[in-house]
Amino acid sequence: MAEIRLESLHKRFGRVVAVRDVSLEIREGEFVVLLGPSGCGKTTVLRLIAGLETPDRGRVWIGGRDVTRLPPGRRDLGMVFQSYALFPHMRVFDNVAFGLRMRGVGAAEQRRRVQEVAELLQIADLLDRYPAQLSGGQRQRVAVARALVVRPQVLLMDEPLSNLDALLRLHMRAELKRLHREVGSTTVYVTHDQVEAMSLGDRVAVLREGQVVQFDTPTQIYDHPADRFVGSFLGNPPMNFFQATVDPEDGSLRVEGVKFPAPAAYAEALAERRGGSVLVGIRPEHVSVGAGPLRGEVLVVEPLGAQKLLTVRTAHHVVKVAVGPDRALRGGDPVALGLPEAHLRLMDAHTERALPRR
Amino acid sequence: MTLRKLGLYAAALLLSAWVLVPILLIALAATTPREDLYRWPRPLWPERLSLEVLSSFARQEAVLRALGNSLAVAGLTIVLATLVSAPAGYALSRYRFRGREAVQLGILATKMFPATALAVPLAVAFIRWGLYDTLFGVALVHTALSLPFVILIVASVFRGVPAELEEAAMSLGASRVGAFLRVTLPMALPGLAAAAIFTFILSWNEVFAATLLTVNHRTLPALLVHSVVAEGAPLHYRYAGGLFLVLPALVIIFVIRRYLLTLWGVTVR
Ligand SMILES: Nc1ncnc2c1ncn2[C@@H]1O[C@H](COP(=O)(O)OP(=O)(O)OP(=O)(O)O)[C@@H](O)[C@H]1O
Ligand SMILES: [Mg+2]
Repeated sequence: MAEIRLESLHKRFGRVVAVRDVSLEIREGEFVVLLGPSGCGKTTVLRLIAGLETPDRGRVWIGGRDVTRLPPGRRDLGMVFQSYALFPHMRVFDNVAFGLRMRGVGAAEQRRRVQEVAELLQIADLLDRYPAQLSGGQRQRVAVARALVVRPQVLLMDEPLSNLDALLRLHMRAELKRLHREVGSTTVYVTHDQVEAMSLGDRVAVLREGQVVQFDTPTQIYDHPADRFVGSFLGNPPMNFFQATVDPEDGSLRVEGVKFPAPAAYAEALAERRGGSVLVGIRPEHVSVGAGPLRGEVLVVEPLGAQKLLTVRTAHHVVKVAVGPDRALRGGDPVALGLPEAHLRLMDAHTERALPRR
Repeated sequence: MTLRKLGLYAAALLLSAWVLVPILLIALAATTPREDLYRWPRPLWPERLSLEVLSSFARQEAVLRALGNSLAVAGLTIVLATLVSAPAGYALSRYRFRGREAVQLGILATKMFPATALAVPLAVAFIRWGLYDTLFGVALVHTALSLPFVILIVASVFRGVPAELEEAAMSLGASRVGAFLRVTLPMALPGLAAAAIFTFILSWNEVFAATLLTVNHRTLPALLVHSVVAEGAPLHYRYAGGLFLVLPALVIIFVIRRYLLTLWGVTVR
């Protein structure tokens, strides 16, 4: 187990800047998820940690060792590829034992360790097969076993669940969580699936265009997104955003001409913005329905089982609202919406960065 | 069947006939007994078939020696071509470097240079270097002739092995060379074997350089050309020799045809 430190990593491919100034400190035994849309540089960061790419600038530390110039094999890590990258010409046993052989582990010890990790991943009865004879879920397990068998300090995973069907993905997600608890290696996990990120990560680093936008616990990221991008990337449906003006006299907010008291935590930030405008964000489940000063009309009702999802049009915005499943509302109904003060998240109207709270 | 399809089949048939009919005629002539071959008028389909001509041809000492030479040259060519094309093909398939496209095109472009224009200078140079009339010299030329194709074939073979497999091996502790030897090479082996066989055929069938550069150490095609052109060998000898040359290539191509298709399919794209 070891901590990982990334120091202002830069990486470009020709004209494309894939990673810009990424610095992260990942604690020993921590499960960190790199989350972001396609092409934001998640895989590149992971490959930089693995040593499969060399950074143009910056350093990589693993367990207090500067490994920036070390080849992948000398960094003491295991990696699970998105395609699993199992060696098709070797049986499962030889796939799993590969890392042990490279380390010169004796045959008897190889068998023992492979058996051990095979039981951990429930692939013990597949050891004689070739990868082509396995299902997607089994291949995934073999890939994880192959990475884990060398007991690496660091486990790197690049979208390991993205090739599985929805049900299996749910199952394997829980399995990976269990595995991490049992093995305890420092894990960096790449995904573009926000639910996966929230459920797996001790902390989540949200990336956008090669930069880390926010690095925090899932709850913190969900409740206090660092900017509009994070708010709209996490959550299904994403956060709602309203244009608001700040009253020049008392610093209260005006949304669609309706006055709202400003949350006390933002008092200082708003004091400098009197007469200006801000962005008001609120999660769909926090918008109150039935009573409130905003007038709107229900456009669509989507019953999702545990909740109903409303699409409501107000004077200037389209708002997503989550309500209880027994709420009797239909398309065309007029509704009143309230924006509870405690759940409002304010952001700068231009930079779209969250305003500081006290 | 649509008209379009009909046209397609007709064209394919015509093309096949274009290639196959001469081979068939040679085969027939080579297996016709000597007396029948010189009869006039000769029946289109011979009444009797026999291996007499072929076997007497194959028993000649010069033929046997030429056969051995051909095999040696082809073997040597395979070794030389592999030594050059494996690293070159690997580099083309794995690394992005400045001018990669140009290199790839340049390799093919060498094919556009007419070999006849090179003939005299080459012969002179080979005499000067002491390579003239040696099997190694012929193999050297055959290697040069085959490389443009073989490099591109080998590159496409390596491209067929995902780079991620090598990376996985490296992340598990293998060195770059180790990853190549343990993962890429075993997976590329069938494709590389096909490339080698392809090289073999190229060398086996090559006449021009072999004729030009040898006197005493002739390969089979060179021997045949020489005996026909310079010594006016009799008809039955020509037919037997022709069949002898065509057969191995035919058999090999038939065996590896699926490979060749995929190889060229990838390369030509
Ligand atoms: N080998 C490469 N050559 C050129 N450009 C590359 C290379 N690898 C990545 N890039 C570019 O760098 C950027 C980041 O790529 P990266 O693969 O890290 O994204 P990602 O976040 O993993 O995306 P995805 O979710 O689609 O896997 C992209 O614009 C990509 O096109
Ligand atoms: Mg990726």
